[in-house]
Amino acid sequence: MKQLIVSIVFALSIYAVNAQGYEIGDKAADFRLKNVDETFVSMKDFSDARGFVVIFTCNHCPFAKAYEDRIIAIHNEYSQKGMPVIAINPNDPEVVSADSFEEMKKRAKEKNFPYPYLVDETQEVYKQYGATRTPHVFVLKKKHDDLIVSYIGTIDDNYQDASKVQTRYLADALDALLEGKSPDPAVTKAIGCTIKTKK
Amino acid sequence: MKARIIIIIFTLLIIASFRSARAIEIYNFRDLEPLLNKSNDTTYVIHFWATWCVPCLKELPEFNKFADKHSQQKIKIILVSLDFPRHIDNKLIPFIEKHKITSKVIVLDDPNQNYWINKVSPDWSGAIPATLIYKNQFKRFYEKSLTYEELVSIININN
Repeated sequence: MKQLIVSIVFALSIYAVNAQGYEIGDKAADFRLKNVDETFVSMKDFSDARGFVVIFTCNHCPFAKAYEDRIIAIHNEYSQKGMPVIAINPNDPEVVSADSFEEMKKRAKEKNFPYPYLVDETQEVYKQYGATRTPHVFVLKKKHDDLIVSYIGTIDDNYQDASKVQTRYLADALDALLEGKSPDPAVTKAIGCTIKTKK
Repeated sequence: MKARIIIIIFTLLIIASFRSARAIEIYNFRDLEPLLNKSNDTTYVIHFWATWCVPCLKELPEFNKFADKHSQQKIKIILVSLDFPRHIDNKLIPFIEKHKITSKVIVLDDPNQNYWINKVSPDWSGAIPATLIYKNQFKRFYEKSLTYEELVSIININN
């Protein structure tokens, strides 16, 4: 009997893990999160957008830092085409103080982020999306009133040196979507920092 | 006096060269891949980490303890650091020395992560710490921190 309960719990826990997070083609939920300018941002506020580049990122992670300038460049290029970046910091500042709201404000000011930099205070949004690391990109394409998950993964294939990038996965995915095509690859992987939560 | 200074400088140079002799090998994925696919009677524990990864640093003493207590068994632990190569001398080596890490440490520097992350395990999203434990057909992958007790119980599943 005990064994049965253990296996049921185990099966449920596997189900719970798999049930979390979006896959390509899923409808993404909107959110209402606080921006570094103290306003609240939702995707429905951007009525002209054709889609969004939602990036879970943070202050402290070296990979997130390495990509800051490239995220700014992506936003500058693609917001004009209707696909703006929305950055979300999912980390619990009690675990990493460098990711506190005050530090986010500082970093946004230093780098003059041209996109919203939101805090996922309750840590519900990153779980809903299925982000596991920073930076972790989710491209959403607007289709009627829905936001369809169309690309999940990384920005390009060289975290260390932007000048040695061979494949710009994210830019390629955005170009494909703007031409009405499906991104290929639609899912990519990269090393990143775990999202910090209290256990 | 002059001779003494020369001897001192010479000695310092020798010490310095010994220090850099501790240099850590840098692998690309092609170099690493054979270590993920050995078939013999040894259990391989391949652990991916970095000195910039806060949870990894909390976890490493568990791996150290595991390595010390299982030194007589056929278990090979390889700590694959994802530190940037420019941080090997000023961050990685001092860390290894400070924490008296005896397991083999290598640096994996291969930008084509979208290719090799799946080769390590299709279950890996890319977050670290992550650990692959295998012995012949037995294979387990964990994208999370492991404790000493968890490491012991994983090894015991197959022994």
